[in-house]
Amino acid sequence: MSELVSGLVPADRLQDLTHDDITRYSRQLLLAEIGIEGQKKLKGAKVLIVGTGGLGAPLALYLAAAGVGTLGLVDFDCVDVSNLHRQIIHGSRDVGRPKVASARDRIRALNPLVDVVTYNEPLKSDNALDIIREYDVVADGTDNYVTRYLVNDACVLLGKPNVYGSVFQFEGQASVFYAKHGPCYRCLYREPPPPGLVPSCAEGGVLGILPGVIGMIQANEVIKLLVGGGDPLIGRLLLYDAWKMKFRELKLERDPECPVCSEHPTITELVDYESFCRIGAKPDEAPVESISATELKRRFDENKPVQVIDLREPHERAYFKFPNAKVIPLGQVIRRMDELNPAVDTVFVCKIGQRSILAIRNLRGAGYQGKMMNLLDGVQGWIREVDPSAKQI
Amino acid sequence: MSVSILIPSALRAFTDRKSEVEAEGATVGEALAALAETYPDLKHQIYEDDTKLRGFVNVFVDGNNIKKLNGLDTPVKPDAVVTIVPAIAGGF
Repeated sequence: MSELVSGLVPADRLQDLTHDDITRYSRQLLLAEIGIEGQKKLKGAKVLIVGTGGLGAPLALYLAAAGVGTLGLVDFDCVDVSNLHRQIIHGSRDVGRPKVASARDRIRALNPLVDVVTYNEPLKSDNALDIIREYDVVADGTDNYVTRYLVNDACVLLGKPNVYGSVFQFEGQASVFYAKHGPCYRCLYREPPPPGLVPSCAEGGVLGILPGVIGMIQANEVIKLLVGGGDPLIGRLLLYDAWKMKFRELKLERDPECPVCSEHPTITELVDYESFCRIGAKPDEAPVESISATELKRRFDENKPVQVIDLREPHERAYFKFPNAKVIPLGQVIRRMDELNPAVDTVFVCKIGQRSILAIRNLRGAGYQGKMMNLLDGVQGWIREVDPSAKQI
Repeated sequence: MSVSILIPSALRAFTDRKSEVEAEGATVGEALAALAETYPDLKHQIYEDDTKLRGFVNVFVDGNNIKKLNGLDTPVKPDAVVTIVPAIAGGF
């Protein structure tokens, strides 16, 4: 019988349910698809959750509540107050604590029958195989490409399913990458975006509920893989748009030339994922010149000619209006290139000084000839150096 | 021939916040080129060069990846739905 039907928990870990188990999980035991046999599998199961943030929070809470016997949690970060609008496993009193410690306490309060194993460290090429090897299923709740490719490759090499979810603004993606039975993450995304091309999470924002929805979809897929049965999200990519309230499903297939899961892989051990994720960076590209906020202020005070372009979106400017700036959002700079005067030095401003670098590179690529500078650390730098009384988000 | 192109959140800054854009074209490549002409700032985000999409950008026609069809030469029927699916990393 296929493991997708029988479930992924080895028989030697199955134990009888206790009276407490039967009472606690009674509503779940009533489901024919789970029942006593399914609950025993959940009790014997070991699930690793990578990242205890927006996706990791609902994953850990629902899997603990459902009675998954062992939950491993990997995270090196500490709880910040700005995490709390979405990372509902942590509370206000946990601010400053390691996330894995805060999550462990919350899981114990919810379900003391669950064993929690914490790894208060980043997942890296030198520890990933040893950590992941111990688990039946891995759920990827990370927030960066370096760890996503690492988790994928480690899962392929060890033959483990990787229950994937990711979110940005109002949109989420979920799938189950399980190379034994379907495509892996690399079959879908051959490489990550070059550094700086895509606005970072800190700039893009996220609706707090979104990782909740996607993390719960991941938890649902984990349960099915452990118990066996149902239709796992293997070979399918689920897209969710929270603002339009639309789900879409796309078909995923194996890439016969996938570097890690094809028949003739070129990646047969974990590699250096930091360098892999710098792939698209062009080292020969001329560096972008920067200007500090203090220097820009001096130019203003001395009435030296300079044109300032604020690349932020209208809602971002509501928090802080940049002085003497013309507004051209990042997504319009090439179309509106004619509005710039190439005879005058131009300073580009965004929230943290990343989109400004992208804008300068794009304009250069589009043939703009004037001198361009990036305001170092963006509006944050300006507030820090020049206008500390302003509010910052 | 007009097709609908669905724009993901991550790219809407480059399409005046539009989530769906109609574009003319008999193939996926033609429709995307028409889109990039209307929104030149989008072009650099999804194309590696004039002919090739970036490695983190997938395009699906009516639910199927064009990698498994005929790439950018995949023909599109009238009323086809073209979905751009870039990698997103957030889980934070």
